[in-house]
Amino acid sequence: MTQNPYLWLIPTLPLAGATINGLLGRRSSKNAVTTIALAFSGLAFALALWIAIGFSSTAAPYGFTLAHWIRSGNFSADFALYLDQLSLVMLLVVTGVGFLIHIYSVGYMWDDPSYYRFFAYLNLFMFFMLTLILASNYLLMFIGWEGVGLASYLLIGFWFTKDSAASAGKKAFIVNRIGDFGFLIGLFLIIQHFGSLDFTRVFAQVDPMAVENSGAGLLTAIGILLMVGACGKSAQIPLYVWLPDAMEGPTPVSALIHAATMVTAGVYMVSRSHMIFERAPIALMVVAVIGTLTALFAATIGITQTDIKKVLAYSTISQLGYMFMSCGVGAFSAGIFHLMTHAFFKGLLFLAAGSVIHAVGGEQDMRKMGGLRSYIPWTFLTMGIATLAIAGIPPFAGFWSKDEILWKAYSSPHGSWVFWLIGVITAFITSFYMFRLLFMTFFGDYHGAQVDSHGHGSHSHGADDHGHGEPHESPMVMLVPLMILAVLSVIGGLVGVGNRFEHFLEPVFGIGVAEAAGEAASHGTELLLMGVSITVAALGFILAYLLYVSKPYLPQKIADGLNGFYTAVLNKYYVDELYAKLFVKPLIDGSTTILWQGVDRKVIDDTVNNAADGARHVSDEVRHMQSGNLRSYAGWIAAGSAVVIAYMIWMGVR
Amino acid sequence: MVPLSYYLVLSGFLFACGVAGFLIKRNIITIFMSIELMLNGVNLSFVAFAAHWHSLAGQVFVFFVMVVAAAEATVGLAIIIAVYRTRETLNVDQVNLLKL
Repeated sequence: MTQNPYLWLIPTLPLAGATINGLLGRRSSKNAVTTIALAFSGLAFALALWIAIGFSSTAAPYGFTLAHWIRSGNFSADFALYLDQLSLVMLLVVTGVGFLIHIYSVGYMWDDPSYYRFFAYLNLFMFFMLTLILASNYLLMFIGWEGVGLASYLLIGFWFTKDSAASAGKKAFIVNRIGDFGFLIGLFLIIQHFGSLDFTRVFAQVDPMAVENSGAGLLTAIGILLMVGACGKSAQIPLYVWLPDAMEGPTPVSALIHAATMVTAGVYMVSRSHMIFERAPIALMVVAVIGTLTALFAATIGITQTDIKKVLAYSTISQLGYMFMSCGVGAFSAGIFHLMTHAFFKGLLFLAAGSVIHAVGGEQDMRKMGGLRSYIPWTFLTMGIATLAIAGIPPFAGFWSKDEILWKAYSSPHGSWVFWLIGVITAFITSFYMFRLLFMTFFGDYHGAQVDSHGHGSHSHGADDHGHGEPHESPMVMLVPLMILAVLSVIGGLVGVGNRFEHFLEPVFGIGVAEAAGEAASHGTELLLMGVSITVAALGFILAYLLYVSKPYLPQKIADGLNGFYTAVLNKYYVDELYAKLFVKPLIDGSTTILWQGVDRKVIDDTVNNAADGARHVSDEVRHMQSGNLRSYAGWIAAGSAVVIAYMIWMGVR
Repeated sequence: MVPLSYYLVLSGFLFACGVAGFLIKRNIITIFMSIELMLNGVNLSFVAFAAHWHSLAGQVFVFFVMVVAAAEATVGLAIIIAVYRTRETLNVDQVNLLKL
């Protein structure tokens, strides 16, 4: 391992930015806040680039121990950083996309009174995310893991005076705690059996262990528990419910945290632990099934949503499902590949959606948009590119990574045609709902004006409070990041052509079974499957065009035809309601009746009150002795002395 | 030579008289005198023991008791005068404000 002392600077720079802005930002000018925030995140990106250029893919990973942290018996955990090909990809994605979103936020948040607070939180998030990525042991990773959760909570509830934003933040935090519980238990198991949390040391011990083919064993348990953690952070079934609500946060936050970086931490963690998963087929199967189901499930909900950010939120959940499906069939590098391209196009989609929302004055309902193409051409162009990318139209970025995943799902020995089929169906749905979003927003007639004429001021000026005429294009500071991300969404997938991305990650993942099988299978099949996925993407486009451009009256008819089912999907399959009934309400009722009324009031309060009452009753009796009558006092003293003397005589004390 | 027990019995008797007077009498002056009686009862036993054991410690104690009793008498009498001035009585049963 090569020592690289510059490594620790990467996470520390954003921390410095967060500290300066958090402490001094209130009194500084907006320009000063902007400079600090952009400088420190930009420096981190520049440093990451510099390190990346010096990093050769065959070289040993970089490492750096900043300080000793915990030393207890044989166990030790340090503030140590570790950079290999996997973390390098994550590092570039996080700092690069993060920096672009910082720039964009300058334009988006300019009118917000808490401008400095936003950038302090955003830099803080960057610090924790980089800690998560660069950690050389699970414990430091967990610090970053919890830290990004904190930053996410703070940023979802950024407009905390709005009740829905505050409770969305709490929901995200609590749901994540459930996942973290599983993660922690997994870590405890690792400590107990391997005596360390250090990646290299744990994996060195895992390496010689046999594949748990005969049944579930230690590695299966660890794998599944780690997956529980990943489910929370990466919004997979059954813990995905927080992500759609997280859209209450400002749009740049949705782009950075809830699309491009933080939610992919689970995929990163699973990939990082690939040694464990590869030896636990059952855990792999769990990962694949959860990912596949989530991909399909979230995509179907995405069709019916009318809030532009909610569609993107469900789309994110669905795409994360793809990544887990890929990890679950053993194709970790394909998952990371999709993670990267997804960061580009989904970050772009959210930023473009933010630009749309900005243009129409805070409106998020797509039914009140439409025809925006001519008003905001640049936003339309970039969002169109991102839509093509996520839909899987070649040669855009999403096509390469998604196709890689589908191929691996089919060809890997851990995969099966079922995963592939569901993946293709999901790809079709994805293409459909994304083009639906594009058409509803940018095509047809603008519906905002009519709404404005009779409902002016009541809702359309809710979030953004600058004066509004007709939709207008965003400032350059917002458009430039859009364009850069658009370029990346076009060409970002090309790094994966000819399996170059896979080969780059080979030092980390080795040549896994999935890769080997993928290489061995016939190219004819691969091309055929590729053709199928292009076809379904095109079909999604055609269907969306048919329903939302040429025959806009049809969707309502279809929805009416599917009455019950449509309502169920529209209401997100009532999962939130189910959770409320199954978990939240019993918990609240139990807390109220047993813990509050029972334990707290009946046991704790009553103990204290009864003790006080008892003391008062006893003293009520005893106080009569203090009569103020001198002779009775004297009598008591005499009697007391008599008793003492009698006792001494009787006991014979000398 | 008078045996020690005689002195002790007399000492106990004097002390008991003091206790009885303290408990029975209502006039503060009389109570005060009863206290002196108890003190002297104790003094007597000190002296008796001192003589019996040929030790000066008991006699030194008696001097201490006398000094303290003298000081106590001055403070006590001053308090009695102050009480009489405010309450116009020396009956302890009527000086009972110090109660709950």
